[in-house]
Amino acid sequence: MASTNRPLSPHLQIYKPQLTSMMSIMHRATGTALAVGTLLLVWWLIAAATGEDTFGDVQAFNVSWVGRLLLFGWSYALFYHLCNGIRHLFWDAGKGFELASAYRSGWVVVVVSIALTVIAWVWGYVSMGEF
Amino acid sequence: MSLRSPLGKARGLGSAKEGVVHWWAQRMTAVALVPLVIWFVASICAMAGSDYITFRDWITTPIVSVLLVLLTIATFHHAQLGLQVVLEDYVHTEWLKIFAIGLVKFAAIGLAVATIFSIVKIALG
Repeated sequence: MASTNRPLSPHLQIYKPQLTSMMSIMHRATGTALAVGTLLLVWWLIAAATGEDTFGDVQAFNVSWVGRLLLFGWSYALFYHLCNGIRHLFWDAGKGFELASAYRSGWVVVVVSIALTVIAWVWGYVSMGEF
Repeated sequence: MSLRSPLGKARGLGSAKEGVVHWWAQRMTAVALVPLVIWFVASICAMAGSDYITFRDWITTPIVSVLLVLLTIATFHHAQLGLQVVLEDYVHTEWLKIFAIGLVKFAAIGLAVATIFSIVKIALG
């Protein structure tokens, strides 16, 4: 520490939040949340392999309000990560890097991921006969 | 004084020629997961509220068992690659970073094996 007076690069909190940067961190956040969510998938399949009673316990958890809240969050995280992941794949192919198209695809991801979440839940409730 | 030549010292210290392997695996699993996830979510939506027998019968269908195993492999491979990057970026204590990444990798393998075993057990009755 020879000098404490050297210029620093701006910290994250200096920047105004932008759609692009918020969506970038959201991709990581949803990915991490989905990794945790795999535990429910594993529990569900192990229970299905174990027997009817164990499977019933998982299903009871899934339809409880905590279960539904978690499933709703994970379903949105999944659709967001799926849509934004496709956006990333286009970038990886070198397409859509211009600022305007990055914003346009960003809004498409926001709208489509919300729409898919709504469709999935309406479909699920119709299947359950609760709608 | 070392008798090794400058070239001898430099050899083996360069790229391990694997720089893109992690990145590429993450993209390949991502591409595989697009149809698999859409299929899985649509199936679950269609079967919501079904009883135990219906779920088991569904998993027993050969195409479903195979797709579920593929989904499991792609999901856990993709998840552990992603979590590794997150840990590398945010955990700055070396031993903790290595410990956490190791834990994630072991967990991913353990969970994947447990899931695949369950699918196979149901599928083979």
